Amino acid sequence: MDLRKFFGDTVLTTRIKDVVNWGRKYALWPMPFGTACCAIEFMGVVSAQFDISRFGAEVVRFSPRQSDLLLVMGTINYKQAPILKKIYEQMCEPKWVVAVGACASSGGFYDNYSVVQGIDEVIPVDVYVPGCPPRPEQILDAVMKIQKKIDPGAKLE
Amino acid sequence: MMNLLEILQKEFGEAVGEVHQNYGDDTAVVDSSRIVDILKFLKEFPECPFDLFLDLCGVDYLAQSASGGRFEVVYHLYSLPKKKRIRLRVKIAGEKPSIQSAVPVYPIADWFEREAYDLLGIRFEGHPNLKRLLMWEGFEGHPLRKDYPIDKRQPIPTLGNLL
Ligand code: SF4
Repeated sequence: MDLRKFFGDTVLTTRIKDVVNWGRKYALWPMPFGTACCAIEFMGVVSAQFDISRFGAEVVRFSPRQSDLLLVMGTINYKQAPILKKIYEQMCEPKWVVAVGACASSGGFYDNYSVVQGIDEVIPVDVYVPGCPPRPEQILDAVMKIQKKIDPGAKLE
Repeated sequence: MMNLLEILQKEFGEAVGEVHQNYGDDTAVVDSSRIVDILKFLKEFPECPFDLFLDLCGVDYLAQSASGGRFEVVYHLYSLPKKKRIRLRVKIAGEKPSIQSAVPVYPIADWFEREAYDLLGIRFEGHPNLKRLLMWEGFEGHPLRKDYPIDKRQPIPTLGNLL
């Protein structure tokens, strides 16, 4: 039976996977792993001026077990790398990672003995944000890219 | 008040080498064998007791290694009652530099010396717990030495060797 013909436009049909992903992408719970100056920029992102809640990601959790979006903002040195890895491992699937800023993406200008040259040496990364520090708009852009990744069929204006 | 550097020279003779004064800050290059005595003397100097140990740091003058004075330890002391500073510089020869620890005189020197040991490999004899301070256990070499390769990376430690 063709449901559409029977019910007309009074119902919408979809797949469960799409509904779940639609819910997920507008309810990202970020875990900020802020180790340096880039984290200051995140304060701007969550505050009224830029307001990350417009994208449904304002419930900032400081426990990795309650969050699904890891925002790594700042310089990660070798001694911190195992801690970052442990935090990543504590997050439940599905989970996404954004490397915010030059330091998290590539080590930045700290090309020395103590700084990890990009957090992808330790954990997988979904989106890299350039800049030192990035503008808040760039962090919002990263959130939108994550949303696109969660729901590849969705159109984002 | 008397000139502090002159007092030091009178008290310790040969052990006090080159001295100079800039903008009220005194600097003396002193002999490494007498450093603990000199620190003790300054700490207990009645006219101007240097009761505050401000800083200790190591320096690597790689270019001077041929002339036998590659490493240097610099002490900064401050006298709270007299608001006076003094800087002591000690040259240490050799590829395995070592000097007497200042901890028995100034207990606060503990972590400063551990830092200098960690980053430059200067050994402080008599230090109660001369372990690495900033780098992790198992790190090889001393990264602030000028001949430490700038692009050398060491394996990422596990949580185990951080705890
Ligand atoms: S990328 Fe720049 S602003 Fe961000 S943590 Fe590194 S140094 Fe700071």
